[in-house]
Amino acid sequence: MTQPVLSVRNLRVEFPTRRARLVAIDDVSFDILPGEVLGMVGESGAGKSVTGTAIVGLIEPPGRIAGGEIFLSGVRIDNLDPPAMRRIRGKRIGMVFQDPLTSLDPLYRIGEQLTETIATHSDLRGAALRERAIALLSEVGIPAPAHRFDNYPHQFSGGMRQRVVLALALAADPELVIADEPTTALDVSVQAQIIELMKRLARRHRAAILLITHDMGVIAEAADRVAVMYAGRIVEIGPVRDVVSAPLHPYTRGLMGSIPKLDGGLDRLVQIPGSMPRLTAIPPGCPFHPRCPRVFAPCPMHRPELRPHAKAQVACWLYHPAPSAQSEKPATLAGPP
Amino acid sequence: MTVAPAAPLVRAENLGRIFDVSSPWLTRVLEGLPRQVVVAVADMSFEIARKETLALVGESGSGKSTVAKMVVGLVPPTTGEVFIDAMPMHGRRRGAERRRLRRRIQMVFQDPYASLNPRWRALDIVAEPIRAFQLAASRPETAARVGELLRLVGLDPADGGKYPHQFSGGQRQRIAIARALASEPAFVVCDEPTSALDVSVQAQILNLMRDLQDRFGLTYLFISHNLAVVRHMAHRIGVMYLGRLVEIAAADALFRAPRHPYTRMLLDAVPDLEMSGRQRKPVEGEVPDPVDPPKGCSFHPRCPFADDRCKTERPALVAWNAAGPVACHAVEEGRI
Amino acid sequence: MVEQLQFQPLRQEGRLTAALDSDLLHAFLRSKITVAAALVTVALVLAAVLAPWIAPYDPFDLRQLNLLDSHLPPAWLAGGDPGYLLGTDDQGRDVLSTILYGSRISLGVGVLAVGLAAALGIVLGLIAGYAGGFLDALIMRIADVQLTFPAILIALLIDGTGRALFGEHRNETLEFWVLVLSIGLSFWVQYARTVRGSTLVEKSKDYVLAARLIGIHPAKILFRHVLPNVIGPVLVIATINLALAIITEATLSFLGVGLPPTQPSLGTLIRIGNNFLFAGEWWIAIFPGITLALLVVAINLLGDWLRDALNPRLQ
Repeated sequence: MTQPVLSVRNLRVEFPTRRARLVAIDDVSFDILPGEVLGMVGESGAGKSVTGTAIVGLIEPPGRIAGGEIFLSGVRIDNLDPPAMRRIRGKRIGMVFQDPLTSLDPLYRIGEQLTETIATHSDLRGAALRERAIALLSEVGIPAPAHRFDNYPHQFSGGMRQRVVLALALAADPELVIADEPTTALDVSVQAQIIELMKRLARRHRAAILLITHDMGVIAEAADRVAVMYAGRIVEIGPVRDVVSAPLHPYTRGLMGSIPKLDGGLDRLVQIPGSMPRLTAIPPGCPFHPRCPRVFAPCPMHRPELRPHAKAQVACWLYHPAPSAQSEKPATLAGPP
Repeated sequence: MTVAPAAPLVRAENLGRIFDVSSPWLTRVLEGLPRQVVVAVADMSFEIARKETLALVGESGSGKSTVAKMVVGLVPPTTGEVFIDAMPMHGRRRGAERRRLRRRIQMVFQDPYASLNPRWRALDIVAEPIRAFQLAASRPETAARVGELLRLVGLDPADGGKYPHQFSGGQRQRIAIARALASEPAFVVCDEPTSALDVSVQAQILNLMRDLQDRFGLTYLFISHNLAVVRHMAHRIGVMYLGRLVEIAAADALFRAPRHPYTRMLLDAVPDLEMSGRQRKPVEGEVPDPVDPPKGCSFHPRCPFADDRCKTERPALVAWNAAGPVACHAVEEGRI
Repeated sequence: MVEQLQFQPLRQEGRLTAALDSDLLHAFLRSKITVAAALVTVALVLAAVLAPWIAPYDPFDLRQLNLLDSHLPPAWLAGGDPGYLLGTDDQGRDVLSTILYGSRISLGVGVLAVGLAAALGIVLGLIAGYAGGFLDALIMRIADVQLTFPAILIALLIDGTGRALFGEHRNETLEFWVLVLSIGLSFWVQYARTVRGSTLVEKSKDYVLAARLIGIHPAKILFRHVLPNVIGPVLVIATINLALAIITEATLSFLGVGLPPTQPSLGTLIRIGNNFLFAGEWWIAIFPGITLALLVVAINLLGDWLRDALNPRLQ
């Protein structure tokens, strides 16, 4: 069996504040295989970006990884010291962020930034280095790359900049690329181009991609599997086709229903009542139960775990035997010692 | 069919707006730079009937937000005029008349984090139009009206004493909608009202706006970059590209049979959620810099149907058949 | 009616608990230096305000002065008089009392000058930022020109003009206000620039557009909408400026263009004491000097803390 490129086990990230200890993500586990695109979708505050920053070891103090393990190609990386983690970032994990302008230094030519990154992680020098950089620019679809090599970031359009950022992320041939909302700042027509490009690159380089986005449409287009996050937990994970066309978890169903569709006409949209709980006030049991249309007895009491159902995994009592009646105590009292 | 159609509530006539983006005068003189202007909007004409929603769709740089600001009177047009109930919006008018007009037009902005004054409590924000137009005789009446408005948009009036940062994004947009309704307007311009919100919250806000339209007979001008959102809101849709309307049609017709190549491209770019394996044409290129738009039809560099005529001659927005006006030589010549 | 009853209690409870539970207060109590600086500031301000009641002598009351008691060293030194804790100056005035009264004048000039500078700077900054165009260019060019001169030079200029204007009719009260005016006018530029910058940002925000949309008068938009959102940095500048104003006053007084020796501020006291420094009578200059240094450092620390506390990026 193929070894996963990234393996996250029971990850928990906490942000201590003066009033409380916020649990930004709790008990999150997933794998990504080589050449696979895992989409991570959720609304703001669901913890999807925190997951990305936790993997690359960039959680801002006082936030910290409070539990769980992260493996990159079988080697544990969540307990590495900062210099070791720095060597892994850029070399073995590439990163793409929402705003391409923040990832590029406005004072340096595109070529300089690219060659610098390649030189840091390889032995290429001189003409070979330049050749490699131009090859990368051409691979991400920059027309006339040898000419554009000497341009500054502001001379590129938004879509072209994001292509350059992709080239930077791929410069060291990383095993894993973490893309956090890579298309959100772009126009719709350009979004499609970037998604297409990412898919192609993942396949060609056999890199694993963690694609973090709030946009189910982007996931449907680009991802092989999708993890749906709610209030810091994964509530459903499975092949995109299954999750999108036949969502299991009531939250995923509501989310899919609330997306406006082209063939919808002037109908009312399905709406989930209320809003995502603040991290300071996550309800006991299943965090979605106060908004859930199918809530029943065990939901407010017991927290459902992610368990297989059909081709996916889902954390919902509708699909698993609920805890027996005698153990039905409030979640605050229940639980293993 | 002999009944004369009711006069439209809103009529825009040849709206145009030019922005001067030149460097400061001294820099220009010293460095010998030319004066630079951007044609943000040109030749925009449209009508909106009472209780109708017209949507304007376009990508960044299409000028749709500038149109919104001209329609509500925040930006004076360089050419053309907006008429609300046949009253000119920008012409010289006396104070009382101007106030009457202002009261009937309101706007819901894109970013509910920037559109509410962070130092004001929710109830003061909603009360401001009531006070400005003296719609309530006394403080208790104002407070009662504010409470009613907050309830109307689905908020608890008891939360009126909170500041904007204590509300979620969706709740803030509800406050902004309550403020827009406070002056009892007939016409509300919505500038990307949900693009800063999460999808599940977007659904709530869109449904709320639909309900309010039905309940108060509101007329909407709905600005968006998202065709799917527009599908749920609009009766008619205008598609904008680089400051000009390229196509305007009834919503059903536009989605069933888009005619302008740009409209087709936009529809193609909407991600496929049904996983139907619909064949999507790869979209070419990006929106050009509005400072230096292409000659002829401004869409021709990205258009698969462009020929020599498209590169030199700008197509006019003309109704070639019953489906409504399109600005495209290929459609006119029957090539597509 | 019902609505109003609902809002009323909520409003007060909200403000009170918010103040007690605020991050600002928390950050304040966590920093020991800041708490110490605040205590020193409060003590000095109280001492200055209450000077007429707590000072052992009234240094302005000539009847209380006795030349035989002049040049006495502090009480704990040989030849000191227990009645004059910090010694006396050349006219037999109790140094402790002159310091208390002197702080009063220094703080008075400082607070009033900063108030004047802030008021002027805020109004001009708001107008320049909001109106733009010609008014903006005019106000900011004046500010630029003024910035090319040191503040002390501006103050000297205005002070000199004041003296020339009033010439013969000078008295202590007039002199006090000339000082306030000259320091105030030399400090407004920083406020104007800060407020203009923030106003430029705020005026393009949608909440200002929403107010314009319903035809709110520009002056009302400026003071009710924009001002509350740009006032934060102004408070910080004002605090740090207060220390600077006190020093400027001391400098002017030290140069002899400030208040007359009959109404001594801390600066005047240091100038007078300076004459006796080499005669070994150090206490006349050193004690007012220490007080001035304490006051300025404490206020500066408070200002620094306020700047960090109000900066959202550091939270």
